Amino acid sequence: MSKAMDQNLKLNPEHGLLDLPNRRPILFLLLAAVAWVLIYEQLPAVAAYLTAMLPVNQSGHLADSIRFLVFEAPKVLMLLTAVVMVMGMINSWFTPERTRAMLAGKHEGLGNVMAATLGIVTPFCSCSAVPLFIGFVQAGVPLGVTFSFLIAAPMVNEVALTLLFALVGWKVALLYLVLGLSIAIVSGWVIGRLHMEAHLEDWVRDMAKVDPDFKPEKLSMADRLQAGFQSVRDIVGRVWLYVVAGVAIGAGIHGYVPQDFMAGLMGKDASWWSVPASILIGVPMYSNAAGIIPIVEALLAKGAALGNVLAFMMSVIALSFPEMVILRKVLKPRLIATFVGVVASGILIVGLVFNLVL
Amino acid sequence: MKNIKVLGTGCASCKTTVEMINHLAEEKGVTIELEKVEDLQQIMAYGVMSTPAVVLDGAVVHTGGIPTYEKVEQWLAAE
Repeated sequence: MSKAMDQNLKLNPEHGLLDLPNRRPILFLLLAAVAWVLIYEQLPAVAAYLTAMLPVNQSGHLADSIRFLVFEAPKVLMLLTAVVMVMGMINSWFTPERTRAMLAGKHEGLGNVMAATLGIVTPFCSCSAVPLFIGFVQAGVPLGVTFSFLIAAPMVNEVALTLLFALVGWKVALLYLVLGLSIAIVSGWVIGRLHMEAHLEDWVRDMAKVDPDFKPEKLSMADRLQAGFQSVRDIVGRVWLYVVAGVAIGAGIHGYVPQDFMAGLMGKDASWWSVPASILIGVPMYSNAAGIIPIVEALLAKGAALGNVLAFMMSVIALSFPEMVILRKVLKPRLIATFVGVVASGILIVGLVFNLVL
Repeated sequence: MKNIKVLGTGCASCKTTVEMINHLAEEKGVTIELEKVEDLQQIMAYGVMSTPAVVLDGAVVHTGGIPTYEKVEQWLAAE
């Protein structure tokens, strides 16, 4: 029944436009891009217009906050949708299986660099962290190289980079990219040097080795476009509420918290312990990039130092209790402690250097 | 009767996948045996690296995300 309906939908010329992504994927992408740019350019005017209609004191805190919210929230969501769409299509070339085949047998050093870089473009969800980890180790990817991937994949991703770019600016986004990759590469390399293979859980070590060979699925452009739609539904559908909530909290901070409120607590001249304190506060917080970055932006605007804020953000995203609980199934406590210690030290160095230099 | 297993360590997407397959099978009046495999060692035995994954009569047919309606319909329709 439904198959007949599907068939009908495809043949019926009245549904031609709906079917455009399947028939002419490139044309669809071009049209979508043009429409996107046209809407995006109108956002500031629409936001100003909407705020001006509200019966509030136009120069007050409330108007400030509302103006920020009605402009920033759609802007960020639009950027996010576009980037996630494109990344979803790119991801369809880099399945975990292909990434594993590329990394198997690679030596440390170059392997760490490749693993961290592939971490950006390989689709990753924290609930897949453990199967991915075992799959890599089983195929002969060195432990340190596996960790480089595992650190980079959640920390340096398109959602974090887009939000940083949209809310804080491209310089900080670029810094975050470079530093995140560096931490993943160096931490993975250090863990590899420590030769901790014995601290994998026994059943993981005893598992049969697998051949990393893979046969790539043949995908058409239309399939990749569908993969892009799928990740927009998946990712934007999951995080949009966090983004709006985050921007709303950010808007509240913008309007109401006095300038330089954070300067004493997290500012440049705060004492040396503000970086480790930022990391410690970050660990038990379990949030994704989507929820934390709008708050980061607000903290920066109120005088918090970049080093502290970066350290806080990296710690929230890269080190979290739930992830450690999952990893405990495959790692013995000493390896988990080493992992946390090495990554936290990396973040600490980044934070301290930033506070010193900037 | 088809045997369908959903492999996943209990994340939200895995639950959605199970519900979706159940729902579509009911809608189509196909009787299936649906199992949820949450044990990590069993999941790894299928050689799966990204979850949720779906196993149809012993063969892995899908990995790394919630499957599309079209895909599930194909599994249910396949003889």
